[in-house]
Amino acid sequence: MTSIPLIGEAVAVAAEPRLAGAKIGVVTFPGTLDDRDAARAVRLAGGTAVSLWHADSELGDVDAVIIPGGFSYGDYLRAGAISRFAPLMSKIIDAANSDAKLPVLGICNGFQILTESHLLPGSMIKNDHLKFICRDQTLRVENANTAWTVDYTDGQEIIVPLKNQDGQYIADEKTLDALEAEGRVVFRYVGFNPNGSRRDIAGISNAAGNVVGLMPHPEHAVEAGFGPESGLTGSAGDSRDTDGLGFFTSVLTKIVGGDK
Amino acid sequence: MTTETTKKFNIDTVEHAAKTPDTELPWAELGLKQNEFDEIVKVLGRRPTGAELAMYSVMWSEHCSYKSSKNHLRQFGEKVTEEMKKDMLVGIGENAGVTNLGDGWAVTFKIESHNSPSFVEPYQGAATGIGGIVRDIISMGARPVAVMDPLRFGAIDHPDTARVMHGAVAGIGGYGNCLGLPNIGGEMVFDSVYQGNPLVNALAVGVMRHEDIRLANASGKGNKVVLFGARTGGDGIGGASVLASESFDDTKPSKRPAVQVGDPFAEKVLIECCLELFKGSLVEGIQDLGAAGISCATSELASNGDGGMEVELTSVLLRDPTLTPGEILMSESQERMMAVVTPENIAAFEAVMDKWAVEYSWLGEVTDTGRLIITWEGEVIVDVDPRTVAHDGPVYDRPFARPEWQDSVQANSFTGSVEDAGRPSAPTELAAAVTELVASPNMCSKAWITKQYDRYVGGNTAMAFPDDAGVVRVDEETGLGVALATDANGRYTYLEPYQGAQLALAEAYRNVATSGAVPMAVSDCLNFGSPEDPDVMWQLAEAIRGLSDACMELGIPVTGGNVSLYNQTGTTPIHPSPVVAVLGKLDDVARRTPSGWREDGQAIYLLGTTAAELDGSEWSNLRGHLGGLPPKVDLAAERALGEILINASRDGMVDAAHDLSEGGLAAALVESSLRYGVGARIALEELMERDGVDLFTALFSETQARAIVSVPRSEEVRFKDMCTARGFAHLRIGVVDAAGGKLEINGVDELSLDALREAHEATLPKYFG
Repeated sequence: MTSIPLIGEAVAVAAEPRLAGAKIGVVTFPGTLDDRDAARAVRLAGGTAVSLWHADSELGDVDAVIIPGGFSYGDYLRAGAISRFAPLMSKIIDAANSDAKLPVLGICNGFQILTESHLLPGSMIKNDHLKFICRDQTLRVENANTAWTVDYTDGQEIIVPLKNQDGQYIADEKTLDALEAEGRVVFRYVGFNPNGSRRDIAGISNAAGNVVGLMPHPEHAVEAGFGPESGLTGSAGDSRDTDGLGFFTSVLTKIVGGDK
Repeated sequence: MTTETTKKFNIDTVEHAAKTPDTELPWAELGLKQNEFDEIVKVLGRRPTGAELAMYSVMWSEHCSYKSSKNHLRQFGEKVTEEMKKDMLVGIGENAGVTNLGDGWAVTFKIESHNSPSFVEPYQGAATGIGGIVRDIISMGARPVAVMDPLRFGAIDHPDTARVMHGAVAGIGGYGNCLGLPNIGGEMVFDSVYQGNPLVNALAVGVMRHEDIRLANASGKGNKVVLFGARTGGDGIGGASVLASESFDDTKPSKRPAVQVGDPFAEKVLIECCLELFKGSLVEGIQDLGAAGISCATSELASNGDGGMEVELTSVLLRDPTLTPGEILMSESQERMMAVVTPENIAAFEAVMDKWAVEYSWLGEVTDTGRLIITWEGEVIVDVDPRTVAHDGPVYDRPFARPEWQDSVQANSFTGSVEDAGRPSAPTELAAAVTELVASPNMCSKAWITKQYDRYVGGNTAMAFPDDAGVVRVDEETGLGVALATDANGRYTYLEPYQGAQLALAEAYRNVATSGAVPMAVSDCLNFGSPEDPDVMWQLAEAIRGLSDACMELGIPVTGGNVSLYNQTGTTPIHPSPVVAVLGKLDDVARRTPSGWREDGQAIYLLGTTAAELDGSEWSNLRGHLGGLPPKVDLAAERALGEILINASRDGMVDAAHDLSEGGLAAALVESSLRYGVGARIALEELMERDGVDLFTALFSETQARAIVSVPRSEEVRFKDMCTARGFAHLRIGVVDAAGGKLEINGVDELSLDALREAHEATLPKYFG
């Protein structure tokens, strides 16, 4: 049958030899939407993307995992509420909590799944304005020491697209205080809080910094010409539509710089 | 699966029908006319059974049979040159046409209406409109890659408009966003003529390799027929409830919503599951279930194939076990597909279904008898020639005549009318007029809508609203991609339907060319009033004639579309609204041209000449006037302009381009400035001198075949030489000014970009929150 891949399917990109060995798993649930984008982001960063299916019982030989955005099982109940029970999720939870501290990134629906799985604290409810919102969002990197942010600097501002219906991050005050105190607020919305999230929180990490979740979509800001529109204001030389690539280079740096 | 409750039905079998010729049937309630019912009796040689009547009534409806428009629509197939056929892989008549993109790629796209459901229940109506058009695209073997939605609502300040607007936009977003398809553009028009008949059209585009093209036909005796996806329920049955007389049981929940209810998650899974079926070559023929549900799918698959099929209706998986055979045949439950599978592929087919957790049931098989036989627990309830259901429905030559009022409408020009009194001329007045225009309901920023749609998913969106066309990359290695735009102008078409339809095509064509893409194919959604009104029928006939003539002249074929009639409240029809979608091809989407300028000092050129054409314009609309003749159509000029824009994009001669259409030069200058927040200094004296128009006309006239472009200094000579060599009017009207933060037009008071943006973006939030 077809030898040339369909749109969005894996296109062979010669990975940087140093990084090519690093395998990043990308999880697909039936209603996952941004899995192809996440895999492309991994490739553009120089790594190798490996498809993982929600019903698989083994995680296989991956060095990190991305849970992309979408509507995993339709999300008619509560975003991520069913997905956390997927066979693969228990493996991901174990690996993330193990001594090896598997790096895990949850984007949007992936973030919701990570909170439902209790890998990250708090929860997401419907946006305060009750509508779906798609916009180019400025974020401040508050912690550049996690597995997914080492290629950024503390306080750096980046633009990545945001698109969600249930993106309002909430947690009790004690939890929020603890997150702040422990440096686990990894990203904050700048200029405009698009969903009413507590303390403008856009993304957080676990205590070890290997598990990170955020609502905005860095995988949509990795390729010039296909990234956030607002990264294009001003003259062409100032284009900033690949600010999200740092997430994926960060984890590769971490993996290659580590024991691998 | 059979259920206990099936026993309760008093099944009207073929045998029973033959013995009881005098049984009264509710054909009139099902929307059939006496002559149509008589024809069915003649075709069958007996009275139809209840189930047969259900099938005929829904398949012979206007929506499914195109009985009033068929005689006119033929022109789209007839007025076709060799040039137009060159890249057409599948033409009109299939679920959607297919166009060759080169490199082994093919693209399929189609636009459809979901108007009346979207008025009754805006959220579900609009949502299932997206669902239906996406299934048409999957049925061709393609992966859907983007959607667009042209929307027309009633007056912006009418209390009911907010209900329809909120519901339709949330429905399109709620459904589309869950499918993983970027929404890359569309239209938004407010006009009181659409108050009781909003137009919610939906377009989907998909791509595939040539060898993956699938057609809706059931071939190969002994091949199995399978229904998969969502279960069949009582939604969308509409008129079929009158057939409840075939049931003993009066307690069943027979009154169910006429509007279907969508489940986007089921559709998303259906997309992936179908693509996996195609990849494994596991289906021989496939058809989505849309209007007329199983009636349509079985009769079309059978009549397009070897002509015969046998189906056991009790095998259909049901959500509501009390459904009667007629209701099952007519149900428009969403997210269902029917396929034909060879016996050898059954196991592989079932494995794909199981992987995606999609329910399926084997209904029967393909035969070579030329008959569509449907049984209920083995008893024959339908025995028909499927062609008579699917293709040989009634065709009407509806009477039509140029309306008596047309002349007086056309004689009533805006220029010199009462509404034209006090036309702006002083610098302050002109500045206020520009601001009023860009804040007006039809010209204001559509961001309130588009920010509720995901335009990023897939990572291949190279351009989306508010640029002239949506651009999606198809091949990641080469950058090959497609551009799409949809347009219609109900006011122009009301003033002169033949030209109005051509103007819609011209604008969509221009939009696609402005993005740098080569226009290739057309899909149309013809939204009109009642064909039984000779005035409306004339509008429809003229619009089709105009559109098909213009397609010939531009050399791009119509590959599919849809007709939506009876859009009227009482005896008042909507403006005739032929929505035209044009698809174009970009060899490398990196070469696309955005609508806004960014680089300081680039020269701004206006391509084309300007005449005093204000009739039907946005400005006249703002002043409450509708009369006269729409702008002139000049398709040769459109083609020449298109070639310049495409070459300029390919050779890197322009960095920005924006077409001039509704709102004229004033709207284009503001939009190009606001796109990236970069202003310009403009002087129109030379233009006014050359074209013999005043400043107001230069800014607000809607003369066609025009565009503005920004040209890098290094390219200016080459660009001018190209325009000169092609004999196309071009004039340097200004320069990009990155520092000023304003749009300066000689003779117009200064317009700060902040103030323009505030005016442009505040309108929709003001009305809709």
